[in-house]
Amino acid sequence: MELLNIDNITMKFGGLTAVSNFKLKILPGELIGLIGPNGAGKTTVFNMITGIYTPTINKIYFQDRDITRIKPDKIAKAGIARTFQNIRLMENLTVIDNVMIGFHLHLKSNLASAILKFPNYVREEESIYHKSMDLLEKVQLEKYKLEKSGSLPYGQQRKLEIIRALATGPKLLLLDEPAAGMNPQETKDLMSFIQKIQNDFDLTILLIEHDMKVVMGICRRILVMDYGITIAEGNPAEIQNNPDVIKAYLGVDVNYA
Amino acid sequence: MKKQNEKIFTLLALIVLGILVYLAENNLDAYKLRILNLGAIYVTLGVSLNLIYGFTGQFSLGHAGFMAIGAYVTTLLVLPTYYKEMIFILEPLAWPFTVIHAPFIVALFLSGLFAAIAALIVGLPVLRLKGDYLGIATLGFAEIIRIIANNIPRVTNGALGIKGIPEFTNLWWSVGVAVVAIYIIKGLIESSYGRALMAIRENEIAAEVIGINLTYHKVMSFSISAFFAGVAGGLFACLLTTIDPKAFMFVMTFNILIVVVMGGLGSITGTVLAAFLFNFSLEYLRPIEAGFHIGPIMIPAIPGLRMVTFSVLLLIIILYKQKGLLGGLEFSWKGFFQFFHKLFTSKKSSEGSSR
Amino acid sequence: MSLNLFLQNVANGLSLGSLYALIAIGYTMVYGILRLINFAHGEIFMLAPYFLYFGVLIFNLPWWASIIVAIALTAMTGMLSERIAYKPLRDAPRISALISAIGVSFFLQNLAIVVFSGIPKSVHRPAFFTRLYKFGEIRIQSTLFASIIVSSIFLTLLLYVVYRTKTGLAMRAISTDIETSRLMAVDVNKAISVTFIIGSALAAVGGILWGLRFPQLFPTMGMIPGLKAFIAAVVGGIGNIPGAMLGGLILGMTEILFVAFLPAVSGYRDAFVFLILILILLFKPDGILGKKVQEKV
Repeated sequence: MELLNIDNITMKFGGLTAVSNFKLKILPGELIGLIGPNGAGKTTVFNMITGIYTPTINKIYFQDRDITRIKPDKIAKAGIARTFQNIRLMENLTVIDNVMIGFHLHLKSNLASAILKFPNYVREEESIYHKSMDLLEKVQLEKYKLEKSGSLPYGQQRKLEIIRALATGPKLLLLDEPAAGMNPQETKDLMSFIQKIQNDFDLTILLIEHDMKVVMGICRRILVMDYGITIAEGNPAEIQNNPDVIKAYLGVDVNYA
Repeated sequence: MKKQNEKIFTLLALIVLGILVYLAENNLDAYKLRILNLGAIYVTLGVSLNLIYGFTGQFSLGHAGFMAIGAYVTTLLVLPTYYKEMIFILEPLAWPFTVIHAPFIVALFLSGLFAAIAALIVGLPVLRLKGDYLGIATLGFAEIIRIIANNIPRVTNGALGIKGIPEFTNLWWSVGVAVVAIYIIKGLIESSYGRALMAIRENEIAAEVIGINLTYHKVMSFSISAFFAGVAGGLFACLLTTIDPKAFMFVMTFNILIVVVMGGLGSITGTVLAAFLFNFSLEYLRPIEAGFHIGPIMIPAIPGLRMVTFSVLLLIIILYKQKGLLGGLEFSWKGFFQFFHKLFTSKKSSEGSSR
Repeated sequence: MSLNLFLQNVANGLSLGSLYALIAIGYTMVYGILRLINFAHGEIFMLAPYFLYFGVLIFNLPWWASIIVAIALTAMTGMLSERIAYKPLRDAPRISALISAIGVSFFLQNLAIVVFSGIPKSVHRPAFFTRLYKFGEIRIQSTLFASIIVSSIFLTLLLYVVYRTKTGLAMRAISTDIETSRLMAVDVNKAISVTFIIGSALAAVGGILWGLRFPQLFPTMGMIPGLKAFIAAVVGGIGNIPGAMLGGLILGMTEILFVAFLPAVSGYRDAFVFLILILILLFKPDGILGKKVQEKV
């Protein structure tokens, strides 16, 4: 059974077609890469999956449920989480608050018990705190728990955003250029981190990335987009040798005998 | 500091507060009491505005509208029937307003409730707007309420307003309501729901994507904020003993906004201090209007000079101390003791948690 | 309603609308450039007739000279208020500037109370301004013609400045992207000052025409017309100058026709205008002529 079925969707903004006939079926446990030049429409695809945009044509299914018109918060509750290209943390809140917020969507206590601090709420809050600390420890951020998240260095902000997404308990994780701005060592750490969390949290991952080391290194299946259209799909070897892909990135007609 | 100890200190503080209120009620003259009452009412108003604006990040300029609803609800419930029939000069009071009556505490609660319902109705469509647009839309709402009040003399006595409202508000009520407001709003802020509200303030799109239902949380915050504004409106009516639509013009919302900004957005402690500071300053600036000397220069008596000075002060604060007088800090018992510790020793210590 | 009565109302609506239009332009220009709702603009509008009044009565200047002086003083007040209260907050969160604007608004109102006294003043108008022209049954005050003619002249001048001069180009650049404009060595300060001067001057013209039409001056007279003019700017598309004119005319007409067709609820005329505002913000926030700006996610 597929986890995610993107069924030939198109996204138009007025006269501009950002994404055209995009289709993708993802099985549970896959780690898929989505690559392509800037402006190819990759983030638009993410935005459509997570409900920020509604595809102009056709539908998206998650676990056989039509999620095309569902709003972002319900999509998160359904089990899809994402990070953003240019990090959207709650900058004035502490590091640990940023993670604890991720657990809010599954809160069972109601508003009154939260305000009046009934025992059932207090217990949930404790549990959220400990689970958040566990997540922070996974990325070695636990000692910064009371720092304002906006004051962290860039690489750590990225990691924080990822564990915030993990806090929502997703089955499908969408990562939008997680390696952006990282040096080679950080990138290597990120690669093993992604594989580790996939394992530990039983995740399916869809990854947008420009860093080819990451994509070729950890993705088993790759889609290439350009100008809103999927121009190639396959495993790393196939993609690396695909003339259309090379042309899209380099703009040069390369002749392979 | 252990939660247990914090609770004990808070309890002690409340007892001290109770003693102070008792002493004040029994020893101070009416003039001073009125200022203290206003200060306490402004605490409730300021903290409730801080909830929707400072903590949830929604720039609402409609507070005067909710106050007006609360003030009229309380008034109509609290005035004795025979009296109501007397003072409605323009047009006779409509039924059922002639017969309804309730004790003060019930009236206050219903004031809050009606204000909250209004917030629910208005908030659902309007909270989709952002920033300035939300401000103007809520301002428009408050003005609409005021104009309605002006135009339904059968219920509100129109522009004449209502006089002779029983003076039920005393320090026990105004401070009591303020304490309850702070308790509930603080309880909300320091919970997962509070984190959600602040997440909305910080980054709405991200908040939505991590599963926070924007509409629910914004409207919830707006309604709770309106509830307390409505209760404060009721207290206001029974303090001033007269209300009319003019009392709820934009100036009122602006005053509350001054208090919140002066105290620092997102700082409840700041709001408490600013509420009293604001009211004291307004009163103690009165002598300016009677004429005074600066050295050899005689400044004549000019009515209105007080408000000019006040506007200037506000501008100065906004221009130079944008984070409010306290810089966004919040009170905590830990910070409180550390402050004194710092005074008496030369050791360095860290600040209490900041928001 | 008879045709004559209807036309009379239309005339009144256009007359009122052209005044709103003059004020609305100032709001829309400032919002376009600074993304700031200049709450103090209504007070700028209020000061002009007061300056005129004092020019004529205290300094015994002839009317035409007083008008020029009043416009100049008002424009200067607008420019100064920007320099003192908004410029320091250009890099601060927008809310600070908004609160500062509200502060300036109240400062000017209270200053007017102190200097001019809060008691409403009646202005004695020369015959030129009160002459009524008759078209069949319809009576039109000369101020209507004055409003329309003056508004048209100034709008043309304004559009010339905005679209054909270097300063206008700077203003348009800044309203698109202020940071980049700074980097491109655009004289941002000058362009912003010019914006405030022009906007305030237009509001001054509106204020003077208003004072000649409703010859009772009081310090808070700027609040409601100011707010309505802002609503007009939003209706026409905030940041769009022809939109502000269009919005002003539409709003004036709507307000007058509302009272004309529903005299029983005429007390609600202002509430009706606010309702229009809320509806526009909810359903067409870009106004009639505005452009939709997508936020990039």
